[in-house]
Amino acid sequence: MKIMSFAMAAGFAVASLTTPASAADITGAGATFPFPIYAKWAEAYNKETGNRLNYQSIGSSGGIRQIRAKTVDFGATDAPLKGEDLQKDGFVQFPAVMGGVVAVYNLQGVASGQLKLTGEVLADIFNGKIAKWNDAKIAQLNSGVKLPEAAITPVYRSDGSGTTSVFTTYLSQVSEGWKSGPGAGSSVQWPVGQGGKGNEGVAALVKQVPNSIGYVEYAYAKQNSIPFAQLQNKSGKFVSPDAKTFQAAAANADWKSAPGYGISLTNQPGDEAWPITAPTFILVPKSPEKPEQVAEALKFFDWSFKNGDKMAIELDYVPLPDPVKEQVRATWKSEIKNASGQPVFTQ
Amino acid sequence: MVALSQERLASRKNGSVRRSSQPGFDRVFRIASLGSALLVLLVLAGIIGAMIYGGWPAFREFGFGFITSSVWNVNEDQYGAWVAIVGTLSTAVIALAIGVPLSLGIAIFLTQFCPPWLKRPVATVIELLAAVPSIIYGMWGLFVFAPLFAKYVQVPVSSVVEGMPIVGTILYARTPSGVGVLTAGIILSFMIIPFIASIARDILDQIPSVLRESAYGIGCTTWEVVRNVLLPQAGVSIIGAIMLGLGRALGETMAVTFVIGNANRLSGSIFDPGSTIASRIANEFNEAIGLQLNALMALGCILFLVTFVVLVLARLLIARVRTA
Repeated sequence: MKIMSFAMAAGFAVASLTTPASAADITGAGATFPFPIYAKWAEAYNKETGNRLNYQSIGSSGGIRQIRAKTVDFGATDAPLKGEDLQKDGFVQFPAVMGGVVAVYNLQGVASGQLKLTGEVLADIFNGKIAKWNDAKIAQLNSGVKLPEAAITPVYRSDGSGTTSVFTTYLSQVSEGWKSGPGAGSSVQWPVGQGGKGNEGVAALVKQVPNSIGYVEYAYAKQNSIPFAQLQNKSGKFVSPDAKTFQAAAANADWKSAPGYGISLTNQPGDEAWPITAPTFILVPKSPEKPEQVAEALKFFDWSFKNGDKMAIELDYVPLPDPVKEQVRATWKSEIKNASGQPVFTQ
Repeated sequence: MVALSQERLASRKNGSVRRSSQPGFDRVFRIASLGSALLVLLVLAGIIGAMIYGGWPAFREFGFGFITSSVWNVNEDQYGAWVAIVGTLSTAVIALAIGVPLSLGIAIFLTQFCPPWLKRPVATVIELLAAVPSIIYGMWGLFVFAPLFAKYVQVPVSSVVEGMPIVGTILYARTPSGVGVLTAGIILSFMIIPFIASIARDILDQIPSVLRESAYGIGCTTWEVVRNVLLPQAGVSIIGAIMLGLGRALGETMAVTFVIGNANRLSGSIFDPGSTIASRIANEFNEAIGLQLNALMALGCILFLVTFVVLVLARLLIARVRTA
């Protein structure tokens, strides 16, 4: 709740601040997951430059629809567009910030971080194949932890969301049964459990339903002190979610391996890597009709890349590694051109 | 009426100065009011048209199966509305079952038993209930009501009825989380009470007091007066009030989305999570693309249709009451 109310306050502040007439108004729309950090960046950017960002967190596919309809200067999406779609729509896609998804639970007497799970076991729980907490598969990972002989209530996001997309992408990577069953997507057919709307809905259900397990964004779990589980990563190590393990997941990533940096950071190699990490993306047109507006949007992200890392960490997001930021800037220069073929971003 | 037209006739005969400007103004006035009425019809037709147009690909793809199928799989682009239709109807029925007796009780208390000094505060509070935004009902339902409901209703009831035939299915909570179809119905009933209660109160107030007083005069008890005089007099209008509540219950979105549990599964138990048409649309519309968006539009069409059928049934019912 805290993060949301802060974000809303920030959003109002951004919208209501009066600035000189010459100040630029940047409009963007899309993903809800990065909204708090975009709002925070926008507030600081406004203080420094007088330029305003009006970001509507209407959901990723809403953002894609709006940028296709050219009603906004940039679109934001959690799930990256594929190379052919970027080509077809004439978009440039780049990552803005990263975050992690964690498994949260409500088990009496089991403190945060005490529960250890593997991806396979997590998939089986959400698939209904593991129905009790004292199942041998969970017990063998958690010797010394007293697990109740109680039915597990999985809790999922009922609204279509990037968080669900990241979580189910991970489950599909680690479990054949999940891949051929519910699969990956922003909303899937959950075989068992209950749905809550938004992070706050999932958190509320997990908090009040004994023996439940759900998934939320890391920032959300941390700020609301909901116990979260350790997960086994691709290298076989159990890790806890924090800024360090998210960064480790990004460290080994080959950002150039997918068009528009559209890589998945789930299930990355590395001893320290948190397995459910994900970047969130920005879409801008390659040959914008209003190049000066896109230039303003890029200036905003450039400023945020330079000055926004600390704010991101404060809100439990993970800033992009510096080399990736450099690559993104190079992409802006080489790919986004105005009508006369000049690069729109010139710094 | 008579006096008015006579006056008008008189003014025509006299040929007053004001008269000459009136026909023009009247025409403008008539056109303006006709325009207002037509505009609403146009908007309604536009909405229906847009919903049918948007939902058409889903109807074409799945045909009648869209209504009877309970699959809702975004990844495989398979959609069916059955679970949502059942959820919509069952939550509305539960809401009416709880809300109607309470509302009538409130209305009868306010008009028959209530001491005058208490009348105003109680009526105001009930009307204030109608002013509470639905998201507030949703949040209160999820954060306050659901935990209490789980602890004091679901758990004890489930342990009593477990293993019994029929009630052991309907009232058994596999996971007592507090949210589910019954919770949604209860929250909905709170939301429709102010509508039904305040209209029913107005109706009862309007019944000529001579009727009531004559009934008392021939020695009727209060119960007999209410049962045999007031309710038959107000019957048709009260059905209208109930239908208004039903309309709200069918279409309510935010509060239901918070407390229904949002599962696309059919269950025999009213403690289990489900979903309604409106909650499904609220949940998925943001991120819907392609056929999923069409399917949501088609769901909207069905909600329209369900509401329409309910209203038609209500009219028929009212007509029957009138002729009887």
